[in-house]
Parts: sequence; C-alpha cells; structure tokens
Amino acid sequence: MNRKIEHDAILETQESFGETTLIADPEQILNLCRYLKHEEKFLRLSAVTAVDWYPAEPRFEVVYHLHSIEKNERLRVKCRLSGADPQIDSVCEVWRGADWYEREVYDMFGIKFLNHPNLVRILMPVDWEGYPLRKDYPVHGYKYSYPEEQ
Amino acid sequence: MKRVLDEDPVATLSAPAVEPENPAAPRLMTLNMGPQHPSTHGVLRIMLELEGETIRKAVPDIGFLHTGIEKECEQKTWQKVVTLTDRVDYLANLSNNLVYALAVEKLLQIEIPPRAQWMRVMMAEFSRLNSHLVWLGTHALDIGAMSVFFYCFREREDILRILEMFSGQRMMTSYIRIGGLALEPPRGWQKAVGKFIRGFPGKVDEYEELLDANPIWTRRTQGVGFISLEDMLDLGVTGPMIRAAGLPWDIRKSEPYSSYDQFDFEVQTKKENDVYARYRVRLGEMRQSAKIIAQALEGMPEGAWQADAPHVVLPDREKMKTQMEALIYHFKIVTEGFRVPAGEVYQCVESPRGEIGYYIVSDGTSKPYRIHMRTPSFGNLQALSVLLKDSLIADSIASLGSMDFVLGDTDR
Repeated sequence: MNRKIEHDAILETQESFGETTLIADPEQILNLCRYLKHEEKFLRLSAVTAVDWYPAEPRFEVVYHLHSIEKNERLRVKCRLSGADPQIDSVCEVWRGADWYEREVYDMFGIKFLNHPNLVRILMPVDWEGYPLRKDYPVHGYKYSYPEEQ
Repeated sequence: MKRVLDEDPVATLSAPAVEPENPAAPRLMTLNMGPQHPSTHGVLRIMLELEGETIRKAVPDIGFLHTGIEKECEQKTWQKVVTLTDRVDYLANLSNNLVYALAVEKLLQIEIPPRAQWMRVMMAEFSRLNSHLVWLGTHALDIGAMSVFFYCFREREDILRILEMFSGQRMMTSYIRIGGLALEPPRGWQKAVGKFIRGFPGKVDEYEELLDANPIWTRRTQGVGFISLEDMLDLGVTGPMIRAAGLPWDIRKSEPYSSYDQFDFEVQTKKENDVYARYRVRLGEMRQSAKIIAQALEGMPEGAWQADAPHVVLPDREKMKTQMEALIYHFKIVTEGFRVPAGEVYQCVESPRGEIGYYIVSDGTSKPYRIHMRTPSFGNLQALSVLLKDSLIADSIASLGSMDFVLGDTDR
C-alpha cells in the first residue's frame, strides 16, 4: 500500500510480499474497525481467523483480512492475545459478515468474542470438548489417544 | 454425534411450542429442511420458520461435512498439501490447487515460466466450466427441467476426459503443483482441447434455448431471490451473485494472477439481481471461459512447464537416474520436503463461486504452520437467512440453487 494509515490503535505497520499488516491494540479493535470501514472505505471483511503460537506468549493472533473494492486494496489487521483467557470485542456490528468467521475462530481456537450475537460452535458438534486448531490439540483428537500419550 | 433439536443452540427459533395467547397473532410453524434434502446439494440443514407458505426466518446449520482439512494441512509437507486442496471444493479443484500454489510460490519467491502460467489459466477455466455445468444441470433439475441436466453432464464428461488426459485423474487432479505443473502436457492435447472448444459455444446456445424458451423456467426464476448489494457486501458474498447485482468485481481483472492480464475477456454483470440474472451471469461466464481457453490454445507459449528451482520441483526421471545432484534433490524433497522461508501471505483467486483466499503462515520448516482457507461457499452461505427471509417456501429451492454453494467448501 502506498499510503500510511494513521490511528491511535495501531501499534506497528509491517510490509511484506507487497501486503500491509497493521498490528493493533486488542482493546481498541472495534474503534479501529469502525474507522477503517467508514473513513478508509474497507467495506468488505474477507475473513477473520487466528494463529496459535503455543507455547509463546502472547499466544494467539486474531487476523482480519479487509478488502476495499473501490480502492482495490487489501489490508491485514492483527491483534495479539494472551493464552490465559483469550477474548476480544466482536466486530459484528461493523461488518455483519464477521458473525460466522468469529464463531469459527471460537470453535477452533476457543477465543471469546465479546458482544457477539450468537457465539456457539459452528463446524464442530455443539457438545465437542476442546479446540481442534490449537497447537496442543492432537491431530487425532483426545478420544482415540494412544496409550503412551496418556 | 449428538444433534438433538432441543439442545441445539443454532436452532433456537422464536416459534412458540404452545398456542399463542393472542389469537390474532400469526401462527408460526417450524420446518426442518435437510440435512438430506436433495436441493441442498450436500448436507446443509436449514431451520425454517413459516407463516403459512412464507418463510419468516431461516437459520442455516453447517458443519456436517467438516473434515478438519486445515488441521490436516499442518501435519503434511508443503507439496503434499496440494492433494488436500483438491478436496475442499471438489467441483473446482484446480482453482484451489492454483491459489495454494500461488501463495506458496509467493513465500518462496520463485518465478513460474509463461507456459506453466498459461496452462494454469487454461486448467482453471476448465474447472470453472465444469463447476458451472454441474451447477446449471442440478439447478435446472431442482426447478423441474430434467433434460438440461443430461445436456450439461454430456459436456462435463468431455471436460473430465480432458482433465484425465492431462493429469490421469478425472476429479481430484492435483495438476497444479508448487513450482509448475504435475506432469508435462500430454501429446496431442491441442487436438483434444481444440475439438472441445470449437463445439462448446454452440452447446451453451443449446442450454440457453432449452431454458429461455421454457415459460416455467422464466417464471420460477425472474423476480425471485432478491438480496440487496449492500447486504451482500456486508455479509461477505462474492462471485457471480455480486456480479448479478451489477457490481463488475472479478479478481481475475482487479488483481490479475497467473498472467490473466494477457487474456481478453469481459466481466459479466446483470442489474436485475434475481435468480434469473445469476443464471445469465454464469451462462455468460461459460462463454467467456471458452474464449479464454481458445486464446490459451492459440497462443500457448513454448518452453519449460516447471520453474527452475531444483530444491522445490522434483527432477526429471531421466536426470534423477543419471545425475548425482538430481538424485540428492529428489531424495531430500521426497523424504523431508522443502523448507519455505518464514512469513505470511494472503493470496486470492476468482473461483467459480467467488473469492478463494488462502492465508498461509510459515515458520521456516518443511510443513505449513497455519493455513486458513477463506472459501467462497462459507461467505456466501452467510447471506442465506437474509436471502430467504419473507420469500415463499417454493421459491427457496430456486434461491438456494442460485447461490451455488458446495458444502465441502463450506465446512472444509
């Protein structure tokens, strides 16, 4: 991206492979997203996802991919969250499309989105235990663990 | 797996279980559609709240086809993940191969020779034709026009034969690999593709004639399934649905990849924003895809079909058996895979259904650290509750079909 986006919530701006990443303060994510949508015209939220950096701390990164059709620009916003009780404000009120993506992140990583309209599991069964995409979750699940791992 | 209605928070609808206190209040009925309903094309469950024949609320419930592909990707070496990407969207597998290969190549910073790039474009367009043909056939079948299905599958069979000729597989081709293609284009491919592409535009006219001359088809699709463009953008809808609402946004044009900028084609748009407009857009896209394939056939560059990157691309069999260097590379790639520099990229392409975006994080080892697949069906399906609200239940079949989702793509 040629220009620089300025906002109080931005801690750091990175450029790599022609893509711009903003590292943002998780406390102010909602303010930043409102600003990016209304002032910077990122009308589309492409996806929300997360990365688990277990055992490092802060453990989780919540990643938002934004897109502006008008300006033909893409932007990545990242927030780092601690592993102890990961939670962040939901951005559903800014983009309604965040709903299912945040549910997916909750389902797979156990990150709570505050003020989300319906934060329940989306892909896994509702009574599933554990968060499959966490790095400390075995690929075959807990149910079929081999004896030496127990 | 336990999915009992009473315990399922997804299905919490407002329908009262007892008689409403006010007799004038509308009496609502809850109807469970799916997960085995034929018009959901896979395993999608929709909870409908009906007032008479009108849908007042629709709550989709997904996840029945979740196979943990993203978790599985973290266990495999970079090259092996290609086979998993095929299985995400099994109707447009080559688009998925392509986006994955492009993303990893961006991290590796390797240059792909023009012949491989053009070949990739051609295969991606075959994939689009394949997907649109399956969509048109089954969508028409849902609405009651049976014969279109047979016509579409006739041409789809030809496409699958061509894919088999190239890759040895009909559906899960894994033809596009990191660093180029899986195999050298077979001898005589120009003849097979040429024969198909000469006949195909006439076949599209046939479908158009069959459907547009049919008053049942036009009445069941025109003016049905409206959803505003603002809603669609807000809810993350992409692809032909957006273009049928008049926005000429196509990633092949706006962010060209794999030398799409060298091809001459038009973005198909319609203003009406109903089921019929989506059908017209996809029909137009089939014609444009045929045009792109014809251009690829005409101007296919000569040269290498794999990148000059011996640490990534498997060596030629001949070299592998005669040269020490090649043997070592072969052994290294097959046993431990190649390393990809640490970093993160987001790459998107225009699939038949919309924007596929792969977000790939590498920690510098021979396995991906994290792959997130932003699949078009997942984004599009989110708009279902808005699309179906206040429409007739009989029209819901047409509206559902016009979204063209693949549940494997949604649930991954």
